[in-house]
Amino acid sequence: MERKTTIQAETGKQDLRITREFDLPVELLFKAYTEPDLVAQWMETNVLKLENKNHGSWQFETTNAQNEVVFRANGVIHAVIPNRKITRTFEMESAPASAIRFDVQLEFLEFESLTATTSRLIIHQVYRSVASRNRMMQLPFAQGLNIAHNRLQAIINQVN
Amino acid sequence: MNLRRDVFQAIADPTRRAILLLVASQAMTAGAIAANFDTARPTVSKHLQILTECELLQQTQTGREIHYQINAQKMKDVADFIEPFRAMWEERFTKLETIMNQYKPDR
Repeated sequence: MERKTTIQAETGKQDLRITREFDLPVELLFKAYTEPDLVAQWMETNVLKLENKNHGSWQFETTNAQNEVVFRANGVIHAVIPNRKITRTFEMESAPASAIRFDVQLEFLEFESLTATTSRLIIHQVYRSVASRNRMMQLPFAQGLNIAHNRLQAIINQVN
Repeated sequence: MNLRRDVFQAIADPTRRAILLLVASQAMTAGAIAANFDTARPTVSKHLQILTECELLQQTQTGREIHYQINAQKMKDVADFIEPFRAMWEERFTKLETIMNQYKPDR
């Protein structure tokens, strides 16, 4: 099992670090975060807005096969240093039916060149509280089950 | 298709969760575990194999018998929910890397 991505989340703290090394020059890694077409591909979302500049903002929206919005998130881009750093906020907009609210989080994305062909990304996320950090970490567990069902459904649809 | 055998996938199955609960208190043989389920013995064996592969279960050999017991550390990882979160980022980043390796600028 590949374990390229590491998560550092200390008990009782309201922040966490996501670290990953890539077989990509840092310029390409940075581009994956700043070119709307590329973000759309790897995040599997529609990029409504992505202004990579100081005091810019962004908005993503994900729709399902029925063209219904299943996920929408937005934030402001506080500062951008090309190939080095993006400081931004991230807020998930609740689904209309959902009672769960998620507070905005602060993200520091640090891009490091390791060699000419490899790089590292460290995402430092700061949450409003320990509870909101833990809730965000639990989310993929529920989402993952949905994704598994959706994939199964997609395969079944192809067969029919 | 290469089936990913991660913790996340393992605990998504209700029978496997039941097996984990069963062996949580004491180590048991495959036969003793299977006796608790209506499912066919090979099906239970398959579940045990998956749980062992993703390290949620550990095997200990006592004479001719193999006992299954819970891997407390791995279970703690699941309880902390870090693994699904990590797996989600791993999948996302792998996709990013694949797309960027194929990327050819227009200009």
